Amino acid sequence: MIDFVGKKHWFFLISAILIIAGIISLAVFGLKWGIDFSSGTAITLQFEKEVELSQLRQELAGLGYGSATIQPAAGGEFLIRLPEISSDEYNQLKAGLEAGLATNITDSSLYTVSPIIAAGTVRNTVIAVIIASIGILLYISWAFRKMPKPIRWGICAVLALLHDLIIVIGVFSILGWAASMEVDALFITGVLAVIGVSVNNIVVVFDRIRENLKRGVSSDFEVVANCGIMESVGRSLNTSLATLFVIVALYLLGGATIRTLILALLVGITTGIYSSLCIAGQLLVVWEKGEWSALLPWAKRTA
Amino acid sequence: MKKNSKGLLIFILILFGFSLWVVWPNRDIGGRKDFVLGLDLKGGSQLIYSANLSGKDPSLTDAQALASVKGTIERRVNAYGVTEPTVQTMQNEQGSFILVQLPGVKDIDEALKLIGQVAELDFREQVLNATGNTTWVIAEAAGSNGTDEELTGKYLKPNASVVLSQSTNQPEVAFEFNAEGALLFKQITTRNLNKPLGIFLDNELISAPTVQAVIEAKGVITGVSLQQAKTLAIQLNSGALEVPLTVVQRRDIGATLGADSLNKSLLAGIIGFVLIILFMIIYYRVSGLVACLALVVYTVLTLAVFKLIPVVLTLPGIAGFIVSVGMGVDGNVLVCERLKEELRSGSTLQRAVEQSFTQSWSAIWDSNVTVFIACVVLYWLGKTFGNFMVVGFATTLFIGVALSMFTQVVVTRAFLRTVASSGLAKSSRAYGVLEA
Repeated sequence: MIDFVGKKHWFFLISAILIIAGIISLAVFGLKWGIDFSSGTAITLQFEKEVELSQLRQELAGLGYGSATIQPAAGGEFLIRLPEISSDEYNQLKAGLEAGLATNITDSSLYTVSPIIAAGTVRNTVIAVIIASIGILLYISWAFRKMPKPIRWGICAVLALLHDLIIVIGVFSILGWAASMEVDALFITGVLAVIGVSVNNIVVVFDRIRENLKRGVSSDFEVVANCGIMESVGRSLNTSLATLFVIVALYLLGGATIRTLILALLVGITTGIYSSLCIAGQLLVVWEKGEWSALLPWAKRTA
Repeated sequence: MKKNSKGLLIFILILFGFSLWVVWPNRDIGGRKDFVLGLDLKGGSQLIYSANLSGKDPSLTDAQALASVKGTIERRVNAYGVTEPTVQTMQNEQGSFILVQLPGVKDIDEALKLIGQVAELDFREQVLNATGNTTWVIAEAAGSNGTDEELTGKYLKPNASVVLSQSTNQPEVAFEFNAEGALLFKQITTRNLNKPLGIFLDNELISAPTVQAVIEAKGVITGVSLQQAKTLAIQLNSGALEVPLTVVQRRDIGATLGADSLNKSLLAGIIGFVLIILFMIIYYRVSGLVACLALVVYTVLTLAVFKLIPVVLTLPGIAGFIVSVGMGVDGNVLVCERLKEELRSGSTLQRAVEQSFTQSWSAIWDSNVTVFIACVVLYWLGKTFGNFMVVGFATTLFIGVALSMFTQVVVTRAFLRTVASSGLAKSSRAYGVLEA
């Protein structure tokens, strides 16, 4: 039998490192906001003949778009980011590139967002995240209403949830400056889905602990909790693995459009497995026993 | 009990058969043969226009003015020949917006001109002003109630059409006035005989033919290209926009890019599905196989619901569905794990099956409610800023998770009961219990 609860200080240490790294990155670099939130124009172009990145950059600069960010994508496509341009400017840009690069544009996609829409998106996203958090908090408190101290269960679940969220957002912040990963509306979608799925895992573990309490497995809550966690390991790993299979497949094959959504899910579900097995129940034990010093990794050794 | 489970099994088979029938390629369901694909998969364009309501007719409320614009755009889009277009109004703190989706539209530039232009037509005559120059002034004449009326596009019958001039073979737009318009036009052409009459669209001169004879009802607008003539005819028939519009968001998706994404995601889904099935069967043996059968029923059932409603499938929507398949495994795994435990603790097979369901139910229910909450919020969010991708994800995930609960509770249970009572697989080892 693995002692999940006994190793809690190590788990807390690992989480603390991940969370602090994420928060530092967020504080220093923030997130790289996509055009959904910051407005602008994103163009995907596919050319008939092969085009060099440097050539494309030169032509765009010649057309007056020297500030454009250009990313080559699979299949000879290019993603180009510009400040917001009008439909006429877009047509001139395409015609200019076709003439300058002496090739035809075989397919193109355009996404352009003006500041007025971007401002609304930011506002509504904030509202959505708040509503979802309140809804889930209320639901958790209600789901654990028959527990001896329902608020504790609810708060521990929410703490584990926040843990997952901070890690997901932190990873995107780090990828933002390391790999110019942008956050868009689909990233928010992924984050909200992670909230739903992550609570899912925590609820299953808590459900087990609750059941063991009713059965009277042991008078020691630490043992009860560890039993609950142990019994959930197989299930948690297996279900999450099943979900991860499809998500990894989607990430590798799914193309650029939904990359942020899938990546947010990938990171969120992975941390969700970890936090449901290594954080949520352990927090409950710490609270139940009043051993707040156990949150500090060195406390156990000196004790 | 046994009779009951037999009836349930028959019900499941009928449901599965019906779903398979619905999903079958090219099956005509209410006039549609395929799944409804979103813009990102089919290619096409989505435009969000901001409506400047400050210039609206003061007798109209904001909502009425916006509805009038929506109606005009709908008439234009329908006349343009887009299949399954969407025109929606959105009003929020940022202002009033019209969302237009044009799936599969090829020439987006022409569509942009057609939709976004106010298209206020008027007829003007030349007058000498104080400095001795001629200027164009909107022609007025006495209407049927005696007051002077300006001759504008609002007096046209909605039957303008593109014709080729018999003399020059150039495209023209033929129009016809209603009775009131004809009354005005007669007076105006009478006093402007052998003088030019200007035809203006949104304050721009299109043509200025010389009036050859007194005309009442019918006329033509010359000096336009074929494409312009087509656009103008549609605009005259649909009427002018109540207020001017500006594009605030535009999303064009190339058709081949969309098809490419569709194929890639479908491949990803199939690979993921096969991996799940292998994993479940290797790890949980008989109950894994049963769960996989239930998963197949689930997949076909969900696709049938998508086709029946119909749910607009987008790329994130397909991802949402695939994720829900993964999560659909979740409940089955919960049940299978319970079954193993019950068997280990020495229960009989039948009892273990029943126990595994009653014991797992609270976890299955509790854990999925939170996903529903997230989906509802996401759906709202996607609708408020017209992001069909976010809406697509929330819709398919919600339906997927709801149906997966149904299959876990009804289908997996019925299958497991049948297998357990059939005596086909009796040993605990067959259910993945290693230390039987």
